[in-house]
Amino acid sequence: MTLEIRNLAKEFPVPGQDSIRALSGISLSLAPKEFVSVLGPSGCGKTTLLRIVAGLDGATSGCIELNGEVVDRRSSKMAMIFQEYSLYPWRTVLDNITFGIEMQNVGKRPAREAALTYLHLVGLDDFADRYPYELSGGMRQRVAVARALAIEPEILLMDEPFGALDAQTRNMLQKELLEIWEKTEKTILFVTHSVDEAVFLSDRIVVLTERPGRIREIVDIPLPRPRDRTSPEFARIRRHVLHLISESGQPKEDLRVYPASL
Amino acid sequence: MRRPISTFLLPVLLILGWEVAAHVIANPFVLPSLTTVTPILLHPFSPAYTLGSGSLIDNALASLYRVAIGFLLAALVAIPLGIGMGRSRFMHDLLDSTIELLRPIPPLAWVPLALAWFKIGLVSITFIILIGAFFPILLNTIDGVKSVKKTWVEVAETLGARERDVLLKVVLPGSAPTVWTGLRVGFGIAWMCLVAAEWLPGTTRGLGYLILHAYNFGQTNLIIAGMVVIGVIGILIDQVFRAGEHRWFSWRALER
Repeated sequence: MTLEIRNLAKEFPVPGQDSIRALSGISLSLAPKEFVSVLGPSGCGKTTLLRIVAGLDGATSGCIELNGEVVDRRSSKMAMIFQEYSLYPWRTVLDNITFGIEMQNVGKRPAREAALTYLHLVGLDDFADRYPYELSGGMRQRVAVARALAIEPEILLMDEPFGALDAQTRNMLQKELLEIWEKTEKTILFVTHSVDEAVFLSDRIVVLTERPGRIREIVDIPLPRPRDRTSPEFARIRRHVLHLISESGQPKEDLRVYPASL
Repeated sequence: MRRPISTFLLPVLLILGWEVAAHVIANPFVLPSLTTVTPILLHPFSPAYTLGSGSLIDNALASLYRVAIGFLLAALVAIPLGIGMGRSRFMHDLLDSTIELLRPIPPLAWVPLALAWFKIGLVSITFIILIGAFFPILLNTIDGVKSVKKTWVEVAETLGARERDVLLKVVLPGSAPTVWTGLRVGFGIAWMCLVAAEWLPGTTRGLGYLILHAYNFGQTNLIIAGMVVIGVIGILIDQVFRAGEHRWFSWRALER
């Protein structure tokens, strides 16, 4: 399934002032099974971009297409994984994973079996009946991944899913995500502010400019996986991307306080 | 749950002090001796100790029945209303000022109106109790619904939840602990309003009535026995609510 973002723009109205332009002229096409990261300075609108693709926010102009068809609301072909605190604390791990399946009106038993499959995929078989507060941050995000996969989407949207984790856990989850991605053959659109993470994971990195976020450059990463973070090629690409980001600042004529929704 | 000995120190001292004071004062109308109160409490099923107004248990059941009706009606109105006000900006703006205006009025200030509207009887009593329980339940429900994390709702939406699913599977369970707190507080206030509501003319049963009846006969020991029963039932029901909180909603306390 191809995901096509066409000339997307987003403005947030500010009462009594000019509206804030969060995104401008974003066009991007994701091939099936592709892993694409969106990277940019904070406040560049990368999360806004993901939320629009997910159907949580509307675009001011432009559109999202799946296999050539415009989607203007949430599509079951896509699932989103949030940064943190997204699990339902009153549900066990397994019941969290069945949540999306319950929405599809399948029976209790098939829902449970499907959930167990995905629980196994993220390696948490022994934690089915635990509650989220009994899990570490890394385990919680594994559950969130399993819950998203359980509705069998073709595209995963991930909003800084490892941003709140410590470095070690983060590296481990990155590896696991790649394994899952290879096994399940999903298309992934991944938002992060970590250059290292983006270079380690992605086929391509979309570097955005500061607000209003525009595409500054799309960087191809031809390195084979598993990638070695210490290799010279890795370092070269990382340096290039870092350079793009540090240069992405535009004239600072637009230093207003961001609205909370950004 | 084991409690330290210091928990019981003050109650024991109070009872001892009471007994000493009763002997010093030597006027059972002002302060009856403990020995005249305990026989009443030790025979809760016997109508012989209550000046012909039914046993303690009968009166307690009559009171519980009234509170249950008033409390349930309050919950039935306040919870849906609170969910609506917590979810919809429009409903909140529409109703909030009126509710803030009515809220500080003590339930007992409604007694004359209740009598004018519903006459003497169960309806008036229930109405007073309903008013008492209503606001804590309503305000806690609104708070609970507002405390439901935006991410929880958005997760549900991205997983294909319809408006109804969001309400039943996210908003309700997510706000349930706070609603439960509202029910607990609401029941406590309803129980307190009960005694005064049972002083309304025409009441012939209930713990509140029993106390007033005993007062008319100058039987202070029966008044105190009635007060003890009211207190004990209040504690027991509060414990039931706390047990429910612990059993079903411990996730709220444990969630960071």
